[in-house]
Amino acid sequence: MSIHQTSFVLSVEDLTVSFDGFKAVDGLTFYVEPNECRVMIGPNGAGKTTVLDLICGRTRATSGSVRFKDQELLTMREDQIVLAGVGRKFQTPSVYEDLSVFENLELSYPRGHSVFGSLFFRRDAEVKARIEEIAETIFLADLLDEKAAFLSHGQKQWLEIGMLLIQDPELLMLDEPVAGMSVAERKKTAELLNRIIDHRSVIVIEHDMGFVEDIATRVTVLHQGKTLSEGKMDKVKNDPKVIEVYLGH
Amino acid sequence: MQSDRKTRFLTREEAIYFGLLAAVIFLILPMALDSFRLNLFGKYLSYAFVAIGLVLCWGAGGILSLGQGVFFGLGGYAMAMFLKLEASTPEATAIQSTPGIPDFMDWNQVTALPWWWEPFNSLAFTLVAVVAVPVAFAFIIGVAMFRRRVGGVYFAIITQAIAAILTILIIGQQGFTGGVNGITDLRTLKGWDIRSDEAKEILYFVNAGLLFACLFAAQYVRRSKLGRLLIAMRDQEDRVRFSGYDVASFKVFVFCLGAAFAGIGGAMFTLQVGFMSPTLVGIVPSIEMVIFAAVGGRLSILGAVYGTLLVNWAKTTLSESFPELWLLGLGALFIAVVMFFPNGLAGLWSEQVRPRLRKLFAGRGAGATPPAAPVPANSASAPDRPAAKAAAE
Amino acid sequence: MFAGYSAGELTAIFAMQGFAGLILFSVFVLMALGLAIIFGQMGVINMAHGEFMILGAYVTYLVSNAFATHLPDLFSIYFFVAMVLAFLASGALGMLVEWGLIRHLYRRPLDTLLATWGLSLILQQIYRSVFGAREVGVTIPNWMMGSLPLTDMIEVPINGLFVMVLAVGISVSIYALMFRSRWGQQVRAINQNRVMAGAVGINTERTDRLTFGIGCGIAGVAGSAFTMIGSTGPTSGQLYIVDTFLVVVFGGAGSLLGTIASAFTISQAQSVLEFFLSGSMAKVITLLVVVGILMLRPQGLFALKLRK
Repeated sequence: MSIHQTSFVLSVEDLTVSFDGFKAVDGLTFYVEPNECRVMIGPNGAGKTTVLDLICGRTRATSGSVRFKDQELLTMREDQIVLAGVGRKFQTPSVYEDLSVFENLELSYPRGHSVFGSLFFRRDAEVKARIEEIAETIFLADLLDEKAAFLSHGQKQWLEIGMLLIQDPELLMLDEPVAGMSVAERKKTAELLNRIIDHRSVIVIEHDMGFVEDIATRVTVLHQGKTLSEGKMDKVKNDPKVIEVYLGH
Repeated sequence: MQSDRKTRFLTREEAIYFGLLAAVIFLILPMALDSFRLNLFGKYLSYAFVAIGLVLCWGAGGILSLGQGVFFGLGGYAMAMFLKLEASTPEATAIQSTPGIPDFMDWNQVTALPWWWEPFNSLAFTLVAVVAVPVAFAFIIGVAMFRRRVGGVYFAIITQAIAAILTILIIGQQGFTGGVNGITDLRTLKGWDIRSDEAKEILYFVNAGLLFACLFAAQYVRRSKLGRLLIAMRDQEDRVRFSGYDVASFKVFVFCLGAAFAGIGGAMFTLQVGFMSPTLVGIVPSIEMVIFAAVGGRLSILGAVYGTLLVNWAKTTLSESFPELWLLGLGALFIAVVMFFPNGLAGLWSEQVRPRLRKLFAGRGAGATPPAAPVPANSASAPDRPAAKAAAE
Repeated sequence: MFAGYSAGELTAIFAMQGFAGLILFSVFVLMALGLAIIFGQMGVINMAHGEFMILGAYVTYLVSNAFATHLPDLFSIYFFVAMVLAFLASGALGMLVEWGLIRHLYRRPLDTLLATWGLSLILQQIYRSVFGAREVGVTIPNWMMGSLPLTDMIEVPINGLFVMVLAVGISVSIYALMFRSRWGQQVRAINQNRVMAGAVGINTERTDRLTFGIGCGIAGVAGSAFTMIGSTGPTSGQLYIVDTFLVVVFGGAGSLLGTIASAFTISQAQSVLEFFLSGSMAKVITLLVVVGILMLRPQGLFALKLRK
C-alpha cells in the first residue's frame, strides 16, 4: 500500500470467518476512504451481509483485522463499535413496533446510553428539536406520535435510516436500503440517501444496478467470500470475471 | 391529542389507579379485616414485591426468572437471622449445651456461632443485607448469563436450577440454616414484640408503605428512557445493540432491581409471619410467584399487586375448604391465563371493561394511557387510535 | 478423605459407586431422551415431563397388580407388557396434550413452560386422588432380584443391570428413529425450517404431534423402568425435572449424543461424590458445577457453530 493507512476511515485486512470449516468470508481486504460511498454487490451467498456483520461485531471473525480510525473493531462489543461511530441498517426494517416514531428516534439520540444515563435521561428542548429535524428529513414529521407498528414498509425503512442519522455515524453501513419498496418510495429513498451520504463514509449492499450507479464512488464485487473485482462502476461492469459470475451459469 | 410529548411520572388516569390501590390497601383492608386476616393479607402483599419485580423483568424486559424465590428467601433469611440471634440470648437459651446460639444449631451439635452469622447481630447490617445480598447474587447470575446472551427458556431453566440448589443446600445444612423447618420462633425486633396484634398491624402498614415505594420506583423506571429501552429490547434486541446500548447491562440492572424488591418482600414476610423456611425459596414458590404476576397482568405493576392478592386469597379460601381442588384450580389457572388471558386482569380491564366504561362516560379522561394497557407505552401515544393506519398511508 | 481405606477397598468403592452412578445414568438417559426430542427438536419446554414418566410408573404398578391377581403364571414377564402399555398411555396423553395445549403456544416458549407447569399440577392432583398420596411400589419378578457377584468385593444388582440394558436399547432405537427413518428426517427438517418443511409437503402438524407423543411415550417407559429401582408417588416426577432439564441443556439441546454424554457425566459425578459427602451436598456441588459450566458455555457441551 502506497498510501498511509491512517488516511482510511476503514481498513479491512485479510478478514476471514469460517462456520464449521465453511469460509463465508475468505481473506477479504479492502479500504474505505473518507466520504466514499462503497457499494458491495455479488450473487446471493457471496458473503456481503456477513462482511457487514463482521465489521459491526454481530459475527465474530476467525482471523484478520478491521480497523476504524486506528481502533481495532474485532475485539470490541457491538455497542462500543456503534459509539465509536459505525452505524448499521439491517436488511429487513427493524424498528421498535411498540414505541412511537418519536420514541424510536429518541432511543438513538447519542446521549444517555449507560444504565443510569438512560434512567435519568431528560427529554429537553434540544432533544425534541433534533428529533423533529430528523423526522422532517425522513418524511415522517407528521407521524411522530404514531406507533411504529402502524407505518408502511417504506416508512419503516425511512425510520430506521432516521435512527441512524440521529446517531450521526462517521461510517454508515446499509444493507439493501431500497429492497421491497414501491417505485415512488424507491425514488424518495434514493434522494434521501444521496442527501445523507454527504460528509460521511458509507458501505451499501444493493442489487438495484441503476441505484448503484447513481450513488457509488467505488464498487466491490464479492464472490464466494473473496473480492472478485474492485473499482469504478464502469470498470467493474466490463470486467469479464464479473460478467462470468453474474451470467455464466 | 397531546403533542407536548412530556414524560409524565403519572398521567391523570394512572394517578387514579394508584389512588384506588392505595385506598384498598391503606383503608379498606384494614377496616374490613380482623387482625388475623389483616396479617394474612400482609403476608400476601409481601409476595407482591416479587410480582412487581417480575413485571419489570418478564413483562417489560422479556426475562423470565423462575428463581425469584431465591431472592425472596435471601432477604427473608437475612431478617430471620437477625431476629433469631436476638431471640437467642444466653439467658433465653440457658438450657442448651451451648447457650447463646440459635436452638437449631445446638440441636445439631454446632458449638459456636458460624462467622457468617456474626454480622447479623447488627440491625443496620441486616437491613443493608436484606437488599444487598439478593442484589449481589442477582448481579453475579445476571452478568454471567446476560454477557453470554443467555436468555429465554435457558435463563428460566437455569434460574430454576439455582432455586433448587439453594433449597437443597438450606435443607442439607441443618445446623447452620435450620434445615427444612427453617428459622422459627422469632420474637422481638430490638425488644419490640412482633407477635402482638398491635405490632402486626403496624408491620402491615410498614409493609404497605414499602410496597408503594417499590411501586413508585417501578413506575419511575417504566417512565424513564430505560423503561422504553426494555420494551425495545424485548422486541428487537439486536437493533438496541446497534443503537449503541450494552444490552446485557440493562438486563442485569432490571434483574437486580427485581431481586432488590424480592429481598424487601422476603424481609417483610419474615417480620409479619414470624419465620422463614426453604418452602418459600424453592422451585414451587418461585413459579407460583410468576403466576401471581401473570394473573394480574404481566405488563402492569398495579395488576401484579391485585393478582397476588387474588390468587393468594383464593388459595387460602380453597385450601381451607377443598384442599384437592386447590391444586387442580391452580393448574387450570396457569393454563387459562396463558391460553386465554395472556395480559391477565389488567388486560381484561383495559381491553374489556375500560372501553365500555368509556362509552358510558364518553369524553371523560380521554387521551391518557392506562397503566394497565397491554403495551406500556409512553404517555405521548394514546394506544387506541384507529385512524393511525390510515394516516400512515 | 481417603484415609482409612485400603487400595482394594477404594477400588471396590469406586466400582460400586460407579455402578450406582450407572443406574442413575440410565434413569437420566431415559428421562432426558424424551425431553431431548421434545425440547431439542421442537423447542418446547415440557415441565410436565416428570408427570408423563410417573404415568408410566403407575401403569406398570397397575399391570403388576393385574398380573399378580389374574395371571400369576405369567408374572415373570409382566414387566414387558407394562412397558409397552406405559409407552402407549404416556404417548397417547402426550398427543392429546399437544393437540389441546402445546400447538397453540409454539411461538411462545415461556408461556408453554407456564402452561405445562399448570398441567403438571393437575396431573399430580389426579394421581393423588386416584392412587393416594402414599408412594406405591411394584413387586419385582424373581429373576430380577439379587445381585451378580463380579469379584468377592464387587457385586452388581440385577435390576440395575436390566435398567441399563433398557436404556442402551432405547437410546439405540431413538438414534435409528431420528437419523435413519423418514419421520426423523421430517422432524429434523421442521426443526431447521418449519415454513420450508411445510412448503415441501411435510405435514408439520401431524409430525409435531407424533414427535411430542413419542417423547412423552419414552418418558412413560422411563417411569416403567423407574419402578424397578424405586417407589412411585404423585410428586416423584417433579423431583427429577430440574436434573433432567439440566442434563439436556448441559449436553447441548438438539444433540442426542450430547444428552447421553452429559447424563453420564452428571450421574457419575453425583454418585461418586455421594459416598464422601452427604447426599444433598453431592447434589448441590454437582448442580453448581453444571450451572457454572453452563454460564461459561451456555450452548452446552455439544453444539454447532452456525451462520446466523
